[in-house]
Amino acid sequence: MKALCWQGVNELSVEQVPDPAILNAQDAIVKVTASTTCGSDLHLLGGYIPAMRAGDVIGHEFIGEIVDVGPEVSRHRPGDRVVVCSIIGCGRCWACRHDEWSLCENSNPNPGVTDLMWGGTTAGIFGYSHAMGGFRGSHAEYIRVPFVDYNAFTVPEGVSDLDALFASDAAPTGWMGAELGGVRPGDVVAVWGCGAVGQMAARAAMLLGAERVVAIDRYPERLAMTARHVGCEVIDYTSTDVTAELRERTGGRGPDVCVEAVGMEADSTGIQRVYDGVKQQLRLEQDRPIAVREAIHACRKGGSVFVLGVFAGFVDKFPLGALMNKGLTLRGAQQHGQRYIPKLLDRIAKGDLKTSYLATHTMTLDEGPKGYDMFKHKKDGCVRAVFRPWA
Amino acid sequence: MKRLVAGAAALAVAGLGMARWAAARARVPAAAKDPLESSRWMGVTVNRPPDEVAPAGHLPEPLARVDAEVRMNRAPGDRGTEIYARPREHRAGADGVLARLRGEDPRTEIRTALRETKSLLETGDVLRSDEEIATTRPTLPGKVLDMALGRASEGGRL
Ligand SMILES: NC(=O)c1ccc[n+]([C@@H]2O[C@H](COP(=O)([O-])OP(=O)(O)OC[C@H]3O[C@@H](n4cnc5c(N)ncnc54)[C@H](O)[C@@H]3O)[C@@H](O)[C@H]2O)c1
Ligand SMILES: [Zn+2]
Ligand SMILES: [Zn+2]
Repeated sequence: MKALCWQGVNELSVEQVPDPAILNAQDAIVKVTASTTCGSDLHLLGGYIPAMRAGDVIGHEFIGEIVDVGPEVSRHRPGDRVVVCSIIGCGRCWACRHDEWSLCENSNPNPGVTDLMWGGTTAGIFGYSHAMGGFRGSHAEYIRVPFVDYNAFTVPEGVSDLDALFASDAAPTGWMGAELGGVRPGDVVAVWGCGAVGQMAARAAMLLGAERVVAIDRYPERLAMTARHVGCEVIDYTSTDVTAELRERTGGRGPDVCVEAVGMEADSTGIQRVYDGVKQQLRLEQDRPIAVREAIHACRKGGSVFVLGVFAGFVDKFPLGALMNKGLTLRGAQQHGQRYIPKLLDRIAKGDLKTSYLATHTMTLDEGPKGYDMFKHKKDGCVRAVFRPWA
Repeated sequence: MKRLVAGAAALAVAGLGMARWAAARARVPAAAKDPLESSRWMGVTVNRPPDEVAPAGHLPEPLARVDAEVRMNRAPGDRGTEIYARPREHRAGADGVLARLRGEDPRTEIRTALRETKSLLETGDVLRSDEEIATTRPTLPGKVLDMALGRASEGGRL
C-alpha cells in the first residue's frame, strides 16, 4: 500500500510499503479516509524526537472505516465508520481505568525508552517513533489499530468526516488542557498558540464557562480565524508585551488558567529565541520552553498552568521561583482522548463545537510532502493539511 | 548526489540526537550506582485482585516459566496486586556484568515475564509492535538508534 514515510530530518516521501496485518486478536485494520498533520509531527520532522528510523510511516490523527477485525474484537465490526484516538490505550490497566489513557501500562511494546528518559513508561502512539512503541502512522491507505474496542469510536450519522477527524487528537487535547487545567465558570483563561490545539483549548475553556478567553499567536490569519470561529479575544505577541497586556486586561491579576499549546519549538521576538535556539541546536538544551516561561510569569497567584505542547527532555531557565512563590499548579499530559471523544462527538453533532474549519488544505496522500512543507512554514494560511488517501 | 549527502547528514543528526537524548538523561544526578542492584526485587502492580492473579496458588504462566523467586501481596488502595520477582541466585560483581554483556542477564528474562504477566492478566494478550512488519530501511543512523534503543522491549521500570 501507499504511505507517507519519514526519511530523515525534514525529509518525507510517499512509498509503497507492506500492508499492515492483524498481529493481536484485539486488533482491527482501518481503511484511512482522512488523516491530518499535527504540530507534534513537526517535532518528529525536525529531529527533536529522535527515535525515528528511515521509512517510518507518520501521522496519528485520523478517521476511517473498519475493514477487518481480530477474533477477540466485540464492539466493532467491518463497515463501522470510526474516529481513532491518536494515543493507544488497553482500557484495563489502572491508568486506563482511571481515565489517564496516555499513561497506559500495556500499549507500548518498547517500554525501556520512555522509562529510561522519564522514569516511567508511557502509552503507545500511532506514527510517533520507536520510543512510543514503533506503531505505524495513519498517513497511509490502511492502519492497524490495537485494542480497537477501546480506541475507536463510531462516528454518529450526520457528523462529517472532516468534523469527526479532529475528535481524534486536536479537540480532546484542547479539552483536556482546559478541563485538567481546572477552568471554572467565571475564570479568565489565556491560551498560548493558535494552532488547531490552541484553538480547541480556547473553545473548550469557553464551553466550560470561562468568562474571558484570550488566545496568543503571531500569525494574523490564525489570530483572525480564532477570533472568528472560537469567538475569543486574541493577542499578537510580536506587537505587544503579552504579560503586560494580560495584566491590563485582568485588573492586574493575570489569567486564572494558562494553557500552553505551543511546544518545544516555541518562537519569540526577543533574545530568548536566540538563546534557546542556539542551545537547542548545540543539543545543550532539548526543548525551547519560551511560552511555558511566559505562561508561568503571566499566571495569577495561585493559578494553574497546563502544558499541552510536546516537550521531550530538559529545558533551561525554568522559572521555578515564580512557580513556588506564586503558589502555582503546573500540569501537563499527552492527551487522554478516550475520556473525551464520545462527549466531543456529541457536542460536534449538536453544533456546540466546530472543527472542520481547521482543515484549511485538503489533498491526496501523494501530496503529503507538500502538505507538510505548507504546514511547517504556515504557508497560504495553512492550519492543518488533511490527506485523503482514497479521494 | 548533493541531496543524498544532505539527507545522510540529516539522518546522522537524528541518530546522534538519540544518543544525546540518552546522554542527557545520564546527567541527572540520581544515577548513582545501586549497591543492591543485582539482588533487588523487581515489581509490577497488576490491576486484578490477588485471588485472580494466582488462583489456588498457581503462578501465571510467564512467571512459572522463569527460574525466579516470586512473592505477591495486595496493593494499597484500589491498585490490585503487587507481584515481585528476582533471580534465585544473583551473580554479583564482574561475573554479573559479563553475563549481562553476553545477553544472559536473568533479570532481563524476569522483567519480561513480569511485564507479560501483567499484560496477560489485565488485557488477555501481550501487544506486538508494527515493527514486526518493517517499513524501514537499514541506515547507519538506524544502527546508532538500534544501539541507543538497546533492548527497549525488555527494559522498563521494574
Ligand atoms: N498533549 C498532547 O497530547 C498533544 C496533542 C496534539 C498536539 N500537541 C502539541 O501541541 C502543540 C501545538 O500543536 P498544533 O497542532 O496546534 O501546532 P501548530 O504548529 O499548528 O501551532 C503552534 C502555534 O504556536 C505558535 N507559537 C509559537 N511560539 C509562540 C509563542 N511564544 N507564544 C504564542 N504562540 C506561539 C505558532 O505561531 C503556531 O501558530 C505542539 O507542541 C504539539 O506537539 C500535544
Ligand atoms: Zn497530534
Ligand atoms: Zn491501559
